[in-house]
Parts: sequence; structure tokens; C-alpha cells
Amino acid sequence: MQRRTFLAAGIAGANVACRSRTSRWRFFTDEEARTVEALCAQIIPEDQDAGAVTAGVVSFLDRQLSGFYKPLRETYRRGIAEIDSKAIEFEGRQFAELPLRSQLNLLQRIEKDPDIRPFFNLLTDHAMQGFYGDPRHGGNRDRVSWKMLGVPYPPVRGRLRYDFTDPAKGEKPWL
Amino acid sequence: MALTAVNAVVIGAGAGGGIVAKQLAEAGLSVVLLERGKWYSPFDCRKDDLRNQRTSVLGNGFGPDDERNPRVTVDLVGRERILGASRPGYQNNAACVGGGTLSYGAMAWRYMEKDFRMRSTYGHVPGSTLADWPISYQDLEPYYEKAEWEIGVSGDVSPDPFHAPRRKPLPMPPLPPNREYEILHPAAKRLGLHPFDIPMLRNSIPYNGRPACMRCRWCVGFACEVDAKCGTHNTVIPKALATKNCELRTECVVQEIRTNDHGRATGVAYFDPDNHLQQQDADLVVVSCGAIESARLLLNSKSRLFPTGLGNRHDWVGRNLQGHTYTGAFGLMPEPIFDDLGPGAGIAICDYNHGNPGLAGGAMLANEFIRLPYQFVSMVPAGVPRWGKAHKDFMRTAYQRSIAIQGPTQEMPVFDSRVQADPVVKDFWGIPVARLSGGRHPHTIEISTAMAAKAEAWLREAGAIQTWQRLSGPGLSAGQHQAGTCRMGDDPATSVVNRHCQVHEIPNLFVIDASVHVSNGGFNPVLTIMAIAYYASDHLVRRWKGGGLA
Ligand SMILES: Cc1cc2nc3c(=O)[nH]c(=O)nc-3n(C[C@H](O)[C@H](O)[C@H](O)COP(=O)(O)OP(=O)(O)OC[C@H]3O[C@@H](n4cnc5c(N)ncnc54)[C@H](O)[C@@H]3O)c2cc1C
Ligand code: SF4
Repeated sequence: MQRRTFLAAGIAGANVACRSRTSRWRFFTDEEARTVEALCAQIIPEDQDAGAVTAGVVSFLDRQLSGFYKPLRETYRRGIAEIDSKAIEFEGRQFAELPLRSQLNLLQRIEKDPDIRPFFNLLTDHAMQGFYGDPRHGGNRDRVSWKMLGVPYPPVRGRLRYDFTDPAKGEKPWL
Repeated sequence: MALTAVNAVVIGAGAGGGIVAKQLAEAGLSVVLLERGKWYSPFDCRKDDLRNQRTSVLGNGFGPDDERNPRVTVDLVGRERILGASRPGYQNNAACVGGGTLSYGAMAWRYMEKDFRMRSTYGHVPGSTLADWPISYQDLEPYYEKAEWEIGVSGDVSPDPFHAPRRKPLPMPPLPPNREYEILHPAAKRLGLHPFDIPMLRNSIPYNGRPACMRCRWCVGFACEVDAKCGTHNTVIPKALATKNCELRTECVVQEIRTNDHGRATGVAYFDPDNHLQQQDADLVVVSCGAIESARLLLNSKSRLFPTGLGNRHDWVGRNLQGHTYTGAFGLMPEPIFDDLGPGAGIAICDYNHGNPGLAGGAMLANEFIRLPYQFVSMVPAGVPRWGKAHKDFMRTAYQRSIAIQGPTQEMPVFDSRVQADPVVKDFWGIPVARLSGGRHPHTIEISTAMAAKAEAWLREAGAIQTWQRLSGPGLSAGQHQAGTCRMGDDPATSVVNRHCQVHEIPNLFVIDASVHVSNGGFNPVLTIMAIAYYASDHLVRRWKGGGLA
């Protein structure tokens, strides 16, 4: 068989930043994770119900950036850095170090900036996936968002009767 | 090395191809059914709400994969993009045994009589290739019935005064109503409309040796864990295999259809699961790859006699790509109404499919399948921010109180909305990929906007305290309801196949799937695809037994 050049969709990413061996992150540097966590806390804040931080949205993002979202690594690296440099430019400190009120002001400004807005929109969508999506992907810890919405568990009516979990394949049961 | 020749090669084990394979095998023909995807089992179905056929933010649940199957899209301002198979704009359906029928929502609509006579009914629509079908509803009626009974449909269309004449009722009763149904039914009656139970390819009672639906939350986009959803993968394909006349080969990607110097098809070349090129010769070839991939395959099958691809002498292959323009409305009820009773969709009206003043058609309107939490995130009305405390408040207070109604507007076909073989980009196997371009006809947008207003009025009558519309943009439409790219017609100059799905120029080559639709009805298309597959197979078998395909 003759195989010709295959053009992959998306952009190939490279992990350029250095990480310490003890980092809890697969992709983020500790500094990046701190910024992302602060951003997520604004996107889905804590209130009477858990928010993005408690739900582990940052872990979700970190995991997906080492998985399905690998092609977006550069976009993330650059986007996070740009938000931090805007924070320094307008508020004098990195995003995570700003008071919540100033963070919000900055994000409202960012939403109007055609250069960073696409990254912020992407991050917002991914944060929603991590918060409202299935816990198996590393977010929505303890199904906090589903509890908030009042979506009952187990998720499939009759799942107990029809449990297709295959322990022989090392699959864990749902309950 | 060529494999043992067979009577028929069917390419694609989806809605159309699965039925054709079974009909031919039962008639005694030796059949090879080639499918590029896998045969999934319930073990592969883990109800992943971020990775399925409806929400594919983390990839497609049932193929194709992002790595090996790119497409090129060209938007309305001419911007080209190379897209992975799960990305928005790719216009995916599925790649697996069963095709779209493994994971579909399973609405099982017959088109109406006027849907086959759109040109006679509405006249010429400038800028559209809207035409009559060469066949009528009456030609398909017995085959609709066969699909309903053999694949299995539940529901009750008897309260719908607009449905076309039918000889038999549906084989299964509808599922009991959910809360949305109970709210919407009297509201529709008060408006003078005619609500009824959506026909569904879903067991409401044990049928065909499989159990009834357990009413789970995750139906559309997912495979059914109890096998209550009826597709070709659990009906006709197993039956085809049971005849011993049909061999199913999965993970086999057909590269091209081969033809000889007499202008007849001789078989296909395909890549097997180890990516080795194989040749399968056959007396006849049936293309059932879905509207985009069927057109792509014909265009990629070039030879001395057919330098622009098969069936493409008049440049009609890949043209008139269409789908459905979905519009509708959301309504917020004063109290929680979420009862978690799947599949969610259950009630419909056909009052607005035709007879709308000034509009060339319309749509069936139905309540939506259960909206999963992540899907609901983007369903906010204007004025609610997309993030932050206000968005979270909206999710918390609205999720259990929402109803959605929408419908598939029948589109005005556009000649320049099309599939081409891309001149540059190739897939993993070196085959030129589909290049998609064009957009929706302005009148399609007009009709669909009117349909959204109807949906909104229904929700208001039902007691919604806030309503907001979902409208459509002008970009290309195809997606899960893709159709139209190998139009059926009597005139070889303005169509690709004849009324029996036979390619005009090539007597032993057939296209049997959504590609042949002349227009796509104001309904989900699959039952019509199935009916056409039974109808075309019948004719094929009769010709075969009567001495061959001259
Ligand atoms: C989530 C979802 C919900 C849906 N809900 C509904 C609904 O409620 N009602 C309704 O009417 N319709 C619904 N549909 C649409 C319906 O499934 C399709 O209209 C229908 O399956 C199309 O049938 P087809 O035969 O044209 O193509 P498909 O069913 O797509 O089959 C084509 C097959 O060909 C294979 N193939 C393609 N190219 C090649 C190649 N080169 N070599 C080998 N194999 C190839 C593909 O992998 C595929 O399996 C839904 C679809 C989806 C995905
Ligand atoms: S709603 Fe019914 S048919 Fe659909 S997946 Fe669940 S059990 Fe199967």
C-alpha cells in the first residue's frame, strides 16, 4: 500500500514549559494552574452550591489537555499568559492575585477584546464541560453539578437491573 | 490479490445498506457488506455525555475518529478549514455497524404526499432546484409499512388528520406520556392543533425478541443498553448474516468502485483493518455510505470512461446537499416539570408541515429529547450571561423547568451546496476527502423562522412564563439528516440515479441511501431511507431473477 501524506486537523502542540517532578499537574505549570483556577472560579463561582474549583474543573482541563485537547496546548499556554499580562498591565498583579472584584472587571474588559476573547470563550466552554459533564473525565467531582440541578442518580433508570459492567475487563461498577 | 467474487457488494452498513444487504441475501444473492466502522456492543456504550453522536466535544462515540478522517469545509465567505470528524461543521452522522441507526433518536416519520410533489405544490422557487420526486408516496407506502413492522415502530398517528393514507397501524403502542407531554397535549388542543404520539423506532413492548425501553435519560446520541432501540444493527443485519449468504466485513474502508471498458462496475477496492488494499469483485455494487460519503466515493472513482467520477456526466453528483433547518423555542415553566422519563420526546404536531400562507412547506414540531446538563449550558435566553454567577443561577433555577419544542424545516435544495473531492487533502488511507461548501436558501430561513414562532406560541399556551426562540443561520446544512447528493430522477441530465436507484449510466451500480432524496421532507428522514431501501431492493431482486441488469 502506498500511503500519502496525511494532513491532521488542528495544530500540533508542544509542551515547552518546565515542570517540577512533583507537580500535581500533567500539563499545567503550577503558576498556570493557579491562573486557570482563578478564572474557573469566576466562570462558575462557589455559592450555596459547589463551583468549578470544588468540582475539580482544573483537573478536568489538565487531563483533557493531555488527552483529547492535546492539539490545544499552545492555545492554552498563550491564552493564560496573555490574561496574566493583561492583569499586570491593567491591575498591576497576576490574575490570581487580584481581588475578586478586580478579576471580574478585567474579565469584562477581556470579553470585549477580540484578541483574547476567543481563548476566554474556549475556556468557558471547557469549564462548563468539566463542571456539568460526566465525572469520569476528571471534573464534576462527586457529581456536584448534577446534585445542584437535582438530576437523580444512578443516571440510568433500571441500571441496577441492567448492569453491563464487565469486571473481567477491570471495569468498575457504577455504584 | 482478488478475493472470491460475489453477486453483490454493499458499501456501508447503515440505514440503507443494512436493509439492502438483507433483502439481497434473502433472495439468494451472495453479498459482501463492507463497513468502515466497528460493530459496537453495549460494553462500549457508557452513556458518556461529552463523547457521543450528539455531543462530541470529547470525540465521536460511534465514529469516525478525528485522527484519520478529516474533511475540508468552505464557509460562505470562502474561508477553508480542515476539520476533524467530531468538530462542529464536519456534518457528521456516524461510522459503525448500523450507521446512524445505532445511536439515533429513532423518530420514524413517513413523509407526506406533498413532500414528494414539492414543485407541483409550490411552483418554482428561484435559486432552488426544488423538484418533484419521480416516485410518489403511494409507490413507497407498502415499503414504509414493511420498515415499520420489520425494524419495529411504536406510536400512534391516528389523531393526526394530516398523515398520508396507510393500510396498517403501527405494530407497537406508544410509550406512556411524560410530564412535558401532559402539559403540551391540552395546550395544543386549546390552540386547535392536532397533537399525537411520535412514531419511534423503539420497543414500547417486547418486540422482535428484544425488550421494551427502560426509559433512560440518555437516548439520542447513545446506543441502547437494553437493545430496545431498533436499528439495522439489531434487526436486518443479523438477519442478513443468518442467511449465510452475507458476509459483513467491518473496519474496511472502500477506496473506489472499479469499472471496466464496457462501462460496468466490476467491484471495489478497499483497505482492510490492517490497511492492506483488497479487491472485491462483484456482479453489482450498491453504494450506501450516507449522502456525503456516497457522493465522495462516486467522485473518487475515476476511470478512462468516467473521468469526472461515476454517475457524474452532467455534474450532478454531490449537488443539492441538504439536511434540515432546526428551529424552535424554549419555554420556562413556573414549576419544576423534569421527570427524567426518557427518551423525552413524545408529542408532535403536523399542522404546520404544509399550508402555511406564502411559505413553500414547513416542519413537523415536537418536544425535544431530554436535555443533559452540559447541553443545557448554551440554551440560555438573550440577556443571561454565558458565565458567572448569573449563568449558574439560571442553570439552577431553569434546568428542571424548561421545555423545548423544535422542528426540522424542509429545505429548499441549493445546487451549489455540495460535496466535492478535495484536490489537496487526503485521509489516512490517501483518499481525497470530502470538500463541503455552500449554504442555506433564504426561503429555508424564512420558513424556519416562522416555525420557531409557532413553537413559541405553543409553549406560551402551555403556561411558559418566559419563552425564547432558537433560529438558524445561513451556513451549510447537512449533518445527521444529510441527503440529496445523488438525486433520483427520470432525466439523466438533471439527476444521478433513476427511480429505482440505479445510476443512469451504469446498469449494475446503485445508490441506496439518503443521497437519492429529491427533497428531504419536513420530518426526520430515516424511515423514508429505509422504505426506499426496501423498495429499491425489491426492484433489484426482480431484475436479477429476470435475467440480470442490462
Ligand atoms: C444522534 C443521531 C440522532 C438521529 N435521530 C434521528 C431520528 O430521530 N429520526 C431519523 O429519521 N433520523 C435520525 N438520525 C439520522 C439517521 O440516522 C440517518 O438519516 C440515517 O442513518 C442515514 O442513513 P444512510 O443509509 O443514508 O447512511 P448511514 O446510516 O450514515 O450509513 C452509512 C454507513 O456507510 C459507512 N461508510 C461510509 N463511507 C464508507 C466507505 N468508504 N467504506 C465503507 N463504509 C463506509 C458509514 O460508516 C456508515 O455506517 C439521527 C442520527 C444521529 C447520529
Ligand atoms: S430511552 Fe429507551 S430506547 Fe432510548 S436508550 Fe434508553 S432504554 Fe434505550
